[in-house]
Amino acid sequence: MIATIFFYLFAAVAIASAVMVVTARNPVHSVLFLILTFFNAAGLFLLLGAEFLAMMLVVVYVGAVAVLFLFVVMMLDVNFVELRQGMLKYWPIGAVVGLIVLGELALALVTWNINPNALVTAPVAAASGVSNTEALGLLLYTRYIYFFQAAGLVLLTAMIGAIVLTLRHKANVKRQVIADQVARSPATAVEIRNINPGQGI
Amino acid sequence: MNAWFETYPWLFPTFVIVGILAGVLISTAVLIYGERKIWAAVHMRRGPNVVGPWGVLQPIADFLKFILKESMVPDGANKGVFLIAPLVSVILAISAWAVIPVNDGWVVANINVGILYLLAVSSLGVYGIIMAGWASNSKDPFLSALRAAAQMISYEVSIGFVIVTVLLCAGSLNLTDIVHAQDSKWGMFGWYWLPLLPMFVIFFISALAETNRPPFDLAEAESELVAGYMVEYSSSLFLLQFLTELVAILSMSSIAAVLFLGGWLPPFNVAPFTWVPGLVWFLIKAWAVVLLFSLTKVIVPRYRYDQLMRLGWKVFLPISIFYVVLVAGVLVTMGWLPK
Repeated sequence: MIATIFFYLFAAVAIASAVMVVTARNPVHSVLFLILTFFNAAGLFLLLGAEFLAMMLVVVYVGAVAVLFLFVVMMLDVNFVELRQGMLKYWPIGAVVGLIVLGELALALVTWNINPNALVTAPVAAASGVSNTEALGLLLYTRYIYFFQAAGLVLLTAMIGAIVLTLRHKANVKRQVIADQVARSPATAVEIRNINPGQGI
Repeated sequence: MNAWFETYPWLFPTFVIVGILAGVLISTAVLIYGERKIWAAVHMRRGPNVVGPWGVLQPIADFLKFILKESMVPDGANKGVFLIAPLVSVILAISAWAVIPVNDGWVVANINVGILYLLAVSSLGVYGIIMAGWASNSKDPFLSALRAAAQMISYEVSIGFVIVTVLLCAGSLNLTDIVHAQDSKWGMFGWYWLPLLPMFVIFFISALAETNRPPFDLAEAESELVAGYMVEYSSSLFLLQFLTELVAILSMSSIAAVLFLGGWLPPFNVAPFTWVPGLVWFLIKAWAVVLLFSLTKVIVPRYRYDQLMRLGWKVFLPISIFYVVLVAGVLVTMGWLPK
């Protein structure tokens, strides 16, 4: 009963905030609604009993990826009037793309035979008493270890690519040498002189 | 009392929820007064001494002052986000307490993924700050929000790896199970602060950075950024921001007490120590960490921002990754892995 109420609550807020992501005028508000959508999706995962996935969604997407979005969007200097002007010119293309996607979705959903049992039986935790954190770990690190490593390599490549694209070593720039700074002692930094009154150095 | 708890199964959880909530809010009042007295003692000043005997009513005076003043929203502010931001911060800060066990079984939600929940809630905490800084539509708050967000994200990474070493030793993500795993015949020397001493130090320093506390309070460096992301906030809204910081300090100290100092366990499993209730041990440990937080604020000068980033990414991160590998290796070769 409570689970049903929460399901409809999370689902309704997720859909409403997803609509707001597209319709909000201010891009920062869009990102904030996107975060609300992620958060409600995590709530739906919790209701399914996938607590590990729910927490990972919040930690990775909400905690890291969406913060980057927010940084980028806040830094952008967006001219809203200019955006509005483009709207009129591009809406036919947008409408065509939307219609094609809608048609494809309709085709797929109409021909999709849903197993009637799948709707009745909600997924339950494995009876063996293994929590889903352990179950995921066992699968990922045994059966799918090569795929897991391959995914890691793809991410590593992307990271190196991003660093190579943005890192520029300018010549003639004085850089910090941390070791020198740490090794500096009062003896090398300060000179104490005894100056008589009325005389300069 | 116990008979009542058996007849009404909802009674005990209600007690725990109300007790923890009330405890946290009372502790923030104690923290306001206690910290100012501690700083004053280190500075050889008197500290608050006017309101009530020895100034103990100072937190109440502060509270009244906050709520009775006029609430102002700047004209250029993004009003909705500006008003929601402190609420987001304070709700997230308090909701972290849902999984922290203060005694055996005295926890609001004893969930399987307690540690991940804490990480999730603390990573969401960044939003309260960014929203506050951006919605203020003013330079200093925005710069400060960017600093705070970058700092919190950087140190979350090393806190994550520190927690992984604890999880490897305890074999569970549940905070109650982690405390039980520290219950050994060596008493307080079996708690994880000693076997994982470097990790405890890194956790403590990262916790300072995560809660934007000195020496890492660059988000509110008053000499360069006025007072950080809450400059434009006044009255009750400022009270919520302030409350968030204090609750975050309390919950970080409690997490340190649970992960490294054995939670509610007595230091030795012999007679005089076992008579003391577990809640008292938990409070002693958590407040000891809070005391360390306060002393650090008053003795250590502020870091520079690039030093802060270097410390997080180039010092703590490699050390903590190395320790994850080391701890895992030792546990596997010695056959000490928890079942």
